[in-house]
Amino acid sequence: MSTPIITVRDVSKTYDEGPPALAGLDLEVRAGEALAVLGPSGSGKSTLLNLVAGLDKPSEGSVTVDGLRVDEMSEAGLARYRRDRIGMVFQFFNLLDDLTVEDNVLLPAQLAGMSRPVARRRAAELLERLGIDRHVRAFPGRLSGGERQRVAVARALMNRPALLLADEPTGALDSASAADVRELLTGLNADGQTIVLVTHDTALAQACASRTIELVDGRIARDVLRTAAAR
Amino acid sequence: MSVLGKVVRAGVGRRRVQTLVMGLTTMMAVTAAVLGGGLLAAADASFDQGFARQHGAHLTVQFDPAGTTDADLARTVHLPGVTAAAGPYPVLSLASDVGANTSRLPVGLHNPPMAFVARDGTGGPVDDLVLTSGRWVDGPGQVVLSDHNTPLGVGDRLTLPALPGAPALTVVGLARSVGQSADAWVTPAELAALTAPGAAPGREMLYRFAEAATNAQVGADRAALAAAVPPGSMTSAASYLPIKVTADKNTATFVPFVVAFAVIGLAMSVLIIGIVVSGAVGASTRRIGILKALGFTPEQVVRAYVGQALIPATAGTVLGLVLGNLAALPVLARAGEAFGAGVRPVAPWIDLAVAAGALAATAGTALVPALRAGRLRTVEALSVGRTPSAGRGRAVRQLLGRLPLPRAVSLGLAQPFARPGRSATMVAAVVLGSVGVTFGVGLAVSLNVVEDGMMRRYPGLVVAQPLPPIDGPAATHLPDAADLRAVAAKVAAQPGTGRSFTIGRSTVGVAGLAGPTTVVRYDGDSSWGAYRMVSGHWFDGPGQAVVASGFLQATGTHVGETITLTANGRGAPLRIVGEDFDMDESGMLIRTESASLAALDAEVDPMSAEFQIDLKPGTDLNGYLDALGASLKPNGFGPGSYRPPFNPTILSMDALAAMLTAMLVAVAGLGVLNTVLLDTRERVHDLGVYKALGMSPRQTVAMVLTSVAGIGLLAGAVGVPLGVALQRYVVPAMAQAANTRLPADALAVYHLPTLVALVLGGLVIATAGALLPAGWAARTRTATALRTE
Repeated sequence: MSTPIITVRDVSKTYDEGPPALAGLDLEVRAGEALAVLGPSGSGKSTLLNLVAGLDKPSEGSVTVDGLRVDEMSEAGLARYRRDRIGMVFQFFNLLDDLTVEDNVLLPAQLAGMSRPVARRRAAELLERLGIDRHVRAFPGRLSGGERQRVAVARALMNRPALLLADEPTGALDSASAADVRELLTGLNADGQTIVLVTHDTALAQACASRTIELVDGRIARDVLRTAAAR
Repeated sequence: MSVLGKVVRAGVGRRRVQTLVMGLTTMMAVTAAVLGGGLLAAADASFDQGFARQHGAHLTVQFDPAGTTDADLARTVHLPGVTAAAGPYPVLSLASDVGANTSRLPVGLHNPPMAFVARDGTGGPVDDLVLTSGRWVDGPGQVVLSDHNTPLGVGDRLTLPALPGAPALTVVGLARSVGQSADAWVTPAELAALTAPGAAPGREMLYRFAEAATNAQVGADRAALAAAVPPGSMTSAASYLPIKVTADKNTATFVPFVVAFAVIGLAMSVLIIGIVVSGAVGASTRRIGILKALGFTPEQVVRAYVGQALIPATAGTVLGLVLGNLAALPVLARAGEAFGAGVRPVAPWIDLAVAAGALAATAGTALVPALRAGRLRTVEALSVGRTPSAGRGRAVRQLLGRLPLPRAVSLGLAQPFARPGRSATMVAAVVLGSVGVTFGVGLAVSLNVVEDGMMRRYPGLVVAQPLPPIDGPAATHLPDAADLRAVAAKVAAQPGTGRSFTIGRSTVGVAGLAGPTTVVRYDGDSSWGAYRMVSGHWFDGPGQAVVASGFLQATGTHVGETITLTANGRGAPLRIVGEDFDMDESGMLIRTESASLAALDAEVDPMSAEFQIDLKPGTDLNGYLDALGASLKPNGFGPGSYRPPFNPTILSMDALAAMLTAMLVAVAGLGVLNTVLLDTRERVHDLGVYKALGMSPRQTVAMVLTSVAGIGLLAGAVGVPLGVALQRYVVPAMAQAANTRLPADALAVYHLPTLVALVLGGLVIATAGALLPAGWAARTRTATALRTE
């Protein structure tokens, strides 16, 4: 069995005076897994994703990703970490409307200091692979929801991240576009990409997750490994 | 509290930083406006204000005590046209020497003859005296001196060696008479004690007239007085007009640059308030949509947002008024000294006008976007996002993205094109700041060159001049022409003397010019002590002369023309080879070699002689002074090393310019701060995306700072030429007010490195203003930013 790429140890997260969003959570995710995090609203799904992405810090416990203690990093270290180790896909795409599709996809590589020609070759390869290369000079506002999410995925994969994090990637899409994204993520995982996705979309989880966990009140209520045949 | 009030209060509280910035900006703008306005008003009517406030005397008249009776003088008080009169005050003209003092003056130094007047107090219907330090005389042996040009201070002593018993007086106070009616005041009893046996004090009367604005009117008033007393009994009558002319000249040199700063300051105040308020209202469009969806009428929306802008603006205005008045006090005191008007706070009407103007500007600028918001359809207002609409500046963004620059930098450089209107106002703010800095720097350098030009009066490190009769007139040798030759030889032979030349003065006539003129004659190589030249060159042979602007204007001559000096029935032609920067004696001095005057046989006044000396390197100054002093004493000369530390008027101008420049820069920086803060807040979600994609805090700071870098550079490039043009306009205007022209190097003060630094100054102002929002952007938590709508 491969070594864990994500290790979450006894993590709690509390916002202000409210109840804990996460309460003593332990989790390991291995390289190549596609983990779907399910649960009702307020169960701590997005909080868990934010902690793994280094967007937020736990109140207690540790988060280790790809051998790095994410919870102990400085802001500059976290920026490098996000740039080099992870790719993120959001529910509402978070594309920058005033940049073209190509410029959006190039952005992580350029922030990492990759030269523009090298970055453009990589972007062209990704856009072609994801079937949106004809939109390279378009602005995101002119694309369909599914196309925008494909652009977001391309952007997330730009720096060949060890881990792809997706927060409700189909949450803002119509059913056809959602199916499109499901197929895309399944394909990526099949190619070896480790994925953690937070979703309400059970169809998405069933289609592309090799493992599902269900959070309830900040704790793992269920952890199910799924065989390839079951997907 | 009404619903509207709650909305306004919540709006103010919700945007605390912006509210704070708006308050601070208004405060700085109001402070600058109060200071500028106060100075302007002080400069506008400085002498007239002081003269009216102190009931200055239009005529200070002295009568022969033997030729006038009390009834004669009483009759003058009731003459037609006399509106007020004071006196008669007993008056004596007395010679005095400096006594023991703490003002570092040599004991025994002769003072010029001084008019001592007996007065019981400072008040009266005419010539209210203002005590500027110490107290009024209340007993024997005390004197209050006029603070006009006295080197003595409170506690110093004066001796009157010509009077029996050589009495001494202690200075107990300094007072200002706006009409300079006396040099010293004592009690009537003291004046009686100071009156030599057989002498009688004169009688001084002070008059104010209904009409005394012109020389002709004052002349008519004087004639009326003379006709009312026995013929010949009016011994002197001094008009206030020459004092007013001098004071107005001082004022006039200040006015051009104070006006320039005030105009820039006021324009910037209005602009910054406009930027801040319209930005704040514009940023709240979505909130306005929500309010309208909840049932707010357009009028309520307008009132809410104007009110929301007025709350911090009012707080800032109040604070600005307090600060402006506090800051103005020392500045106005300095300006008041220069204007001769004394210390006076900012006029209340200026406070009121500035406060009303600031609040009106706030309300006016808030009204435009508030009205627009009020008219917005609810659904449109709700749909307006916080980020600028995509489409603006896309081409520039794409273009910059292709340049080999770090991505954070190219993103920052493209940012101003997304909000061209807002960027333009920011450019305008930094342009004004840049104009202020460029002008301020140029003014300071020009003034330093002017001061250096004025210091050419003292070219040598050592000056040997006729000795004051410290040991009494009988013990002091009064130098003659033979002494001058002997001193020149001794100076040349003195070990340590490097180079030297002699200056002396003669009185001559100039063909075509009425009255006597002073010619300054040089012996020896004076090229190293040459004055700064406005045009032409320093004289370098007999028959050549340099004159100042005042002389050229008075005679209508030009450089290259020839004038003829006359004395003893003879004439000597001199060619004017240069116009020097020389403000002594109103610029009427002629400077030439002594040899040029040989034909005139005009005598040098030995008491006017000066030996300007530079020492050889390594010479001990004190040892040299001691040795030369001993050598020259038999000839009635003594050496000194005299370099005035500074010119107080120029120091005042420098201080004013520095303060006003600093305020302009601060206001411009606050304008940038507010705008960048607004931009950053609007783009906080985009910032979250950038950070989620791996933008580091340093890259975030770089992006925000470069978003203003282009603006700063552009503003610097625009503002610097404008500032240079302003300096080129204002400095000559100041010189013209002082009746002179300036050397070219007093105007051409901007050299390439200076210009580059000043252009970069725009960048510095913009970057400094953006530092705080950049830090805020770098610290913003990514998850929070991503959640922001």
